[in-house]
Parts: sequence; C-alpha cells; structure tokens
Amino acid sequence: MGRERLALYSLVGPASDEAVERGLAGAVWFKSEVPRKRMKELMRREDGPAIRDTAIWLGGMILLGAAGAWLWISVSPWLAAPVLLLYGLLYASAGDSRWHEAGHGTAFKTRWMDTAVYEIASFMMMREPTVWRWNHTRHHTDTIIVGRDPEIAAMRPARLARILLNFFGLVDVPTSFKLMFLHAVGRLTPDEAEVVPDQEQHRVYRKARIWLAIYAATVVVAVLTGSIVPFLLVGGPRIYATFMHLVYGLTQHAGMGENVLDHRLNTRTIKMCWFNRFLYWNMNYHVEHHMFPMVPFHRLPELHEQIKGDLAPVYPSIWAAYKELVPAVLKQLKDQSYHVRRELPPGAPPYNEPALIA
Amino acid sequence: MPNWVPACAIDDVDEEDVIPFEHLGVDYAIYRSPDDQYFATAGHCTHEKTLLCDGLVMGAIVECPKHNGRFDYRDGSPQGAPVIVGLQIYPTMIDSGTVYIDIDID
Ligand code: FES
Repeated sequence: MGRERLALYSLVGPASDEAVERGLAGAVWFKSEVPRKRMKELMRREDGPAIRDTAIWLGGMILLGAAGAWLWISVSPWLAAPVLLLYGLLYASAGDSRWHEAGHGTAFKTRWMDTAVYEIASFMMMREPTVWRWNHTRHHTDTIIVGRDPEIAAMRPARLARILLNFFGLVDVPTSFKLMFLHAVGRLTPDEAEVVPDQEQHRVYRKARIWLAIYAATVVVAVLTGSIVPFLLVGGPRIYATFMHLVYGLTQHAGMGENVLDHRLNTRTIKMCWFNRFLYWNMNYHVEHHMFPMVPFHRLPELHEQIKGDLAPVYPSIWAAYKELVPAVLKQLKDQSYHVRRELPPGAPPYNEPALIA
Repeated sequence: MPNWVPACAIDDVDEEDVIPFEHLGVDYAIYRSPDDQYFATAGHCTHEKTLLCDGLVMGAIVECPKHNGRFDYRDGSPQGAPVIVGLQIYPTMIDSGTVYIDIDID
C-alpha cells in the first residue's frame, strides 16, 4: 500500500494527469464577496506588527538560547531543559509560521525584511527556501488536489508512522539532510524539478552548500568544546521542539475533502489562545488565509469577521479540532472515501461543487 | 499605427489602485500611480491565469492576489518568485478626462 499511495500522490504520476483532465488543476475556487474598498484595507501592508513579533521571536531566542546554554554548562542540564524547550519552540515551531508568512511576502511592508525572515526560518525548519516557495505556491493553486499538491500532510490512508515520527522531526530531518547533500552536488528530485523552474534551480544548489557549511561548523564547535550544546542550539530544536508546528499544521486540512474547489470543504479555522496565535502567527484563520492569501497575518481576525457568515462555525479550540480530526484520519485507514463535511450557516453561499467532481 | 481605445474615466481608478478593462474579449489592467499617472498592462498574471485587478497596488508594484507575485506595472518587469515572466505593457494617454490605451501592440 505504501508504495501505491506514494505513487498516487506523486506530482508526476497518473493522479496529476487525471486532476488536469477533470479540471481540478488551476481551477477557480470559491471566494467570499468582499467589497473592493474593504479588501484593499485588509490587504494593506505594515511593518509594525511583524517587526514587533520578530523582535520578540528572535530576541527571545537569543536570550533563551544564551540562558539555556549557560545553565546547561554551568549549573545543570535539568534546569536548562525547560529554557531550551522554550528556545526550541521559537526555533522549530514558531519558525514554521514565520517561514510560511514571510514566504508569502505579506508579513512586512518592506520586502527585504520578509526575505530575511524567510531565509532564517527556512534554515531553522530545514526547508530549502526556493523549493518550498514553489511547493507552497502549488499548494495554494491546487489545495489538497491529489497528484498536484506537494503539501498533503495526511494522505488517505494517512502515513501514520511518518506523522507520529515527525512530531520529533525523525523523518523530516534525515530527509532534509539527504536533500541538502543531493542539492549540494547540483541535483533535484523529480518532484522538485517538476515545481521549480529551471532558471531558479541554481539558488537551491548554492544554499545547500551554505547550509551544510553551517552544520559542519556546528559539528566542529561541538567537537572542539566537547559539548552537545551547539547541537541544542543549531539544528537540534528541529527534533526536540518541533512538535507544536505539527500540532498546528495537522489541523489545517487533515481528514477533510480532497479534490474539491472550495476551501470551506478542505480547511479548518480554529480559535486559539494568544500564545498559540503568536507561535502560529494567526494561521489558525486558515480558511481565510487560503481564500485571500494577500491578507497579512495581523489582519486575518478582521477578515474572519468580514466573511464568517459564509463559513462553517469555527472550531472553539485545538482540542475540538483534534476530536474530529483523529477519528476521521483513523476511519480513512479503512474507508478512503470518508471525509469531514461541515454544515454552512443559513444564508451562506452553497459549497462550490461543480458537477465534474465525483 | 497606434490604436487608441478608451479604457475608463480618470476617476474610475483610485490613486494607487488598479481596475479591470475588457476589450474584444481581452483583459487589461489599468493602474493609477500615487503620483497620478496612468499605466496599462495585460489583465492576467503571467504565473497563472489570475486577474490582476483583484490585486494590491503598492507604489509602482502590483501584487497578484493568488500567490502574491509582484510586477512593476510601469515596465511589466517581474519582481520575484513565483513571477518570472514579465507583463505585457501598453502605452496610455489622457484626453478629456478619459484614459486611452494603445492596444496596437497586440
Ligand atoms: S497567479 Fe499570480 S503569482 Fe501566481
């Protein structure tokens, strides 16, 4: 089953051709009606909110990282552990949402700031910035369209072992290093070559060499100092503190509709507390983000208020989402046609379900 | 020979904004810059077939509503991934409060 499932979801397999034939690739998706004037307000860029959050994010990492390293070396690893866990959450869980938002180019008004945060967060998340920019672009064009979307986290049936191992980066990290070596010698995988245009590919090779040099330097420092602290600060968090990015990420689409043309059928919006919203940079407003990806993270709550009459009710908590998601994914192990379908409120525009979709 | 076609009234486009214009089944985008000049480009993004009139104008840049790809609408040049192919641009002129575009270039 494993091989068949991977072949089915491959971007260069028969499902891709089928999606094109069925009109599912690059299709027109449902969008709520928002008056142009209001939309312009919501799209307007600002530097302030992202500078503030980035200062807390990077500043927090510097302080916690320094404190954690000092405690580990001079006092006790046990006292250092909670400090380094917080450091790691900023590194490998908040890093995911910074990678995402800065990748869209919407976080800041000033372009170089988006680029800088994107490059830093890509390194932390071990995601090759050029490849992932193009992957994510495709995810937005063909969200959860089988054979077209490279970012389907929970396939049908889900690769459960892989998902569980990835709560500690145990698949992603070795895969990232394998890819880094492949890129460093000037090659891409077939899926990567499918999404990254030829003229962009040289960037991939150059960055892989720089990243490998940084990791090599980390190893050298660790050996010279005889300490594992360099690994706890660089790279290590992608293992010991990456779990929250998966906790958030799985809520986005897992267990919902495949091959649909309405984000209300394949995406969740969830209410979260301020701490989770800071780590996740408001991506809990995920239906809104997919419908209008040019709205910056800090305006998503307003966008939600604007269009909530068109959406199924928000999930009141992460827990509520998981109460639906886990049974749905487990059910899909046996019945791959099963998926969650939510009721729209009275008066909402009906789901966009063209007849061609089975 | 230029082929000047009336596209819109000057006040139809807000400052630092874009509106759609369709002529003989072809989509165009008409821009008004912050310093009150008018520009015209092809209506669709070159990355995928998305109408730019729903996008965001920031200074001399238009951002595509689908993947946030950016163009300089004055010369059509791409301003970073996922946009790598430039936009067709069209000359504009103003006459009696109307914006004309020269579509001869098609
Ligand atoms: S369609 Fe315009 S950037 Fe992708």
